[in-house]
Amino acid sequence: MIVELGHFALILALMVALVQATLPLWGAHRGDVRLMALAGPAALAQAALVAFAFGVLTWAFVVSDFSLAVVYQNSHTAKPMLYKIAGTWGNHEGSLLLWVLILAVYGAAVALFGANLPTRLRARVLAVQAMIGVAFLAFLLLTSNPFWRLEVPPMNGRDLNPLLQDPGLAFHPPFLYLGYVGLSMAFSFAVAALIEGRVDAAWARWVRPWTLAAWIFLTIGIALGSWWAYYELGWGGFWFWDPVENASFMPWLLAAALLHSAIVVEKRESLKAWTILLAIMAFGFSLIGTFIVRSGVITSVHAFANDPERGVFILMILGVFTGGALVLFALRAGAMEAKGLFALVSRESALIANNILLSVAAFVVFIGTIWPLIAELFLGRSVSVGEPFFNAAFTPFMVALALILPPGAMLAWKRGSVGRSLRGLIPALVLALALAALAFAMQSGRTALGPVGVLLGVWVVAGAVTDLWSRTGRGAAGERLARLGRLPRADWGKAVAHGGMGITVFAVAAMLSWKVEDIRVVQIGESFPLGSYEVRLDEVSEVEGPNYFSTLGRMTVTRGGALVTVLTPEKRVYPVAAMPTTEAAIDYGFLRDLYLVLGDKQASGGWAVRSYIEPFANWLWAGCLLMAFGGLLSLSDRRYRVAAGARKLVGVPAE
Amino acid sequence: MRVFLKRRWANCPPYALALLLAASPVLAVQPDEMLADPALEARAREISRDIRCPVCQGETIDDSSAPISRDLRLIIRERLVAGDTDAEVVDYIVARYGEFVLYNPRATGLNLILWLAGPALLLAGVGVAVASQRRRIAPEAALTEAEEARLKEILKP
Repeated sequence: MIVELGHFALILALMVALVQATLPLWGAHRGDVRLMALAGPAALAQAALVAFAFGVLTWAFVVSDFSLAVVYQNSHTAKPMLYKIAGTWGNHEGSLLLWVLILAVYGAAVALFGANLPTRLRARVLAVQAMIGVAFLAFLLLTSNPFWRLEVPPMNGRDLNPLLQDPGLAFHPPFLYLGYVGLSMAFSFAVAALIEGRVDAAWARWVRPWTLAAWIFLTIGIALGSWWAYYELGWGGFWFWDPVENASFMPWLLAAALLHSAIVVEKRESLKAWTILLAIMAFGFSLIGTFIVRSGVITSVHAFANDPERGVFILMILGVFTGGALVLFALRAGAMEAKGLFALVSRESALIANNILLSVAAFVVFIGTIWPLIAELFLGRSVSVGEPFFNAAFTPFMVALALILPPGAMLAWKRGSVGRSLRGLIPALVLALALAALAFAMQSGRTALGPVGVLLGVWVVAGAVTDLWSRTGRGAAGERLARLGRLPRADWGKAVAHGGMGITVFAVAAMLSWKVEDIRVVQIGESFPLGSYEVRLDEVSEVEGPNYFSTLGRMTVTRGGALVTVLTPEKRVYPVAAMPTTEAAIDYGFLRDLYLVLGDKQASGGWAVRSYIEPFANWLWAGCLLMAFGGLLSLSDRRYRVAAGARKLVGVPAE
Repeated sequence: MRVFLKRRWANCPPYALALLLAASPVLAVQPDEMLADPALEARAREISRDIRCPVCQGETIDDSSAPISRDLRLIIRERLVAGDTDAEVVDYIVARYGEFVLYNPRATGLNLILWLAGPALLLAGVGVAVASQRRRIAPEAALTEAEEARLKEILKP
C-alpha cells in the first residue's frame, strides 16, 4: 500500500511540476501577480511529494520489500543496513529518483530563500526549473519506474554489486548529483535572464552561490569516486579517463569557468553573454553526462542499467533544453551589452584566459569521450581513446592554467601591470624553482613530470599565499598579520581553493611519476624489499564475512628492523552477486601510502603479491578537499548571507 | 555467523560455491609472465599500459584479468625478446586485433580532427577574445578632433 502511495505521490509531483512550469511563466509575461505567486508553493509541494516518494523507496529497501522489482534486483536481506539504504540510489531507477528529488529541493530552496529576488525573475526561474522537473519526472515514470511491482515476490534479492558496497561509494552518487543538478539552477537563472532580456550584477550575485555550491558538491563527489577507485579497484590508480568519469569532469571544468566569469559580471558588469552561454553549457554537459552514463552508447567500466530506449529519451531532453536555451541565447544575447571596459592586461583578461583554458580543456575531454562514437558512426573506424590521449591533449591546458594563475589572480581590475604582479611573486617563483631543482636532483633519471609537478604546485600554492598577504596592505608585519584575520572570507576562500588546486596538481604529478611497483610470488614466511621497506607474508587464511567469503593475508612491513605496520589484504567473493573483488590493504601516511594486494595461490605453493608505494597519495584528496573548503569559505562570505541580490550593486564606473 | 551462512546457502546447488571460488580474481600482470630482464620488462609494461583489452568494458591489458589480455601481454613479451622495437610490437598487435585496441589513437587520416580539435578551439577562443577586446576598446581609444579641442579648452587655465 505504502508503495502505491509513493507511486501516486510521484505522479502528483509531475502534475504539480506541469502547473509550476506553465502558469507562473504566463503570469510573468502578463504581469499577473497571482499567477506568479503560484510558483513558490508549487515548488514546495513538488519537493515534498518527490521527497515522500523517495522516502517510500528507501523504506522498501530498508524492509527488503522484494515485491518491488528494483529492490529485488539490487538488495538482499543479509546486506548491512548502510548498503540497504545506499542501495536506494545504487541502481538506475533509484538514482534517477534521487536526481529528481535534488532538482525539486533546489527549486524549493529558491522558493524559500528567494524572497528578495525580483518577483518576475523568481517566477521565471522556478518555471524553468519545473520544466526540467517535468522532463525528468516523465522520464522516470515512463521508462524507469522505481515502483514497478513483481507479480510473484521472490524469497530473496540478487544483492547490490559488491564493488558498490563501500562507504566511499555509498555517498559518491548523492554528491555528484547535488553537483550535476545544482548546475540546473545556473541554467534556470540563465534562461530566465534571457527571457527577461536583462543581466546585471544582482543577477550574477544570485547565480554565483548556486554555481559555487554545485561546484563544491561536484569536487567532493569526484574526489570520493577517485578515492574509491584508488583503494577498491586494486591497482592504485586514481583516474582512468573512463567515459563516466569524464562525464562528471566536464561539468566540473565548466562550473569552475562559470564561477570565475560570474565574478566578472558581478564586479564589472562585463562578459554577460559569455556567462549566460557558460551556464547553459555547464548544465548541458550535466545532461550529456547523464546521457553517457544512462544510455550505454559508450562502453565504460561503469556498466549501469544501459538501455537504448532510455538513451533516446535523455537525448531528447538534452536536445530540447540545450537546443532551446541556445536558440533563446542566439535571439537575445545581443541585448546583454557589457558595461565595464577593461584593458588587455587586467584581471578581467586573466579571468577570460582562465575561462578559455577551462572551456577548451572541457571540450578536449568531450571530444575524446565521444570520438569513438563519431568514428564508428561516420568514419566506420573502430577506435579507442584513453589515458595516453588525454595525458597528451588535456595536460597542457592545466599546465598553462597553473602557470598564469598566480600573476592573473593578483592583477588589478580594469588595467593591471604584469610587471607589478610578477614582482611580488619573485619569492614564490624562486621557491618553486629551487624545490623543483631539488626534486630533479633527488629522483635521478626518471620522467621530468615529477619536478614539473613540484614547480607548478609550489608556484600556485606560494602564489596563493602571496596573493593573500598582499591583501593586507602595507605596514609592519605584525599589523599585517592582524589584518590577515579580518580579511573577507571570499579572499580566504580564493587563496585556499587556489592552494588546493596547486596541491592537487603536485600530487597528481607525484603519483604518476614516483610510484614504486613490485609484482612477485612470495612463499609464506618469505620477505622481500619494497623501496626502503621490508615486507613479509606471515600467513594466509580463509574468513567469512556477513555476505562474502574472504581469503585474508597477513603481511608485516618493517623499515630498518623497526615495525611499521601489519596489513591484511583480502580477496573476497560475494556469492549472491557471483562477483570476486580484491580488497587492497593500505597503510596511509603523510608522505606515502603502502599499498598491498594479495593475488592467487601459485602452483609452486607461494602467493602472487602486488605491492606499491604511492607517494603523496593523501595530498591528492587533501588538495581536492581544500578546493571544496575554499569554495565553502567563499560561500559563507557576508555578502552572500546578507540580502544577496537585494540591492542592485553598481559597479565601479569605467574610466 | 556460521550457522546463519549455512542456512542461507542451503538452497544453493553444492557446486555453485566451488565454481565461484574457482573464479576468484586473477591479478592483472602475473609474476610468471614477467621477463627476467628489467629493462625489457619495463618496456613491456609501458606498451601494455596503452593497449585496450578487446573484450573488457574499458580496461588496459595491463589492468585486465581477462585471459585474452594475458595472451596479449605474453605476445608483447615474446616480440620484445625476439628483438622487435616498441613500435613494431604495437604494429604487430594492431595488425591482428585492429585499431580498436590502441588507447592512444593514431594521428592519421580523420583522427587528426580529434588531435587538433583542442588546439584549434584554443586559437579560435583567443582570437574571439582579442577581437571583442579590440572592438570594446576602439570607440574609447581616440578622441575626435572636436573633443580634443574641447578638452584643451577645458584644461586651459
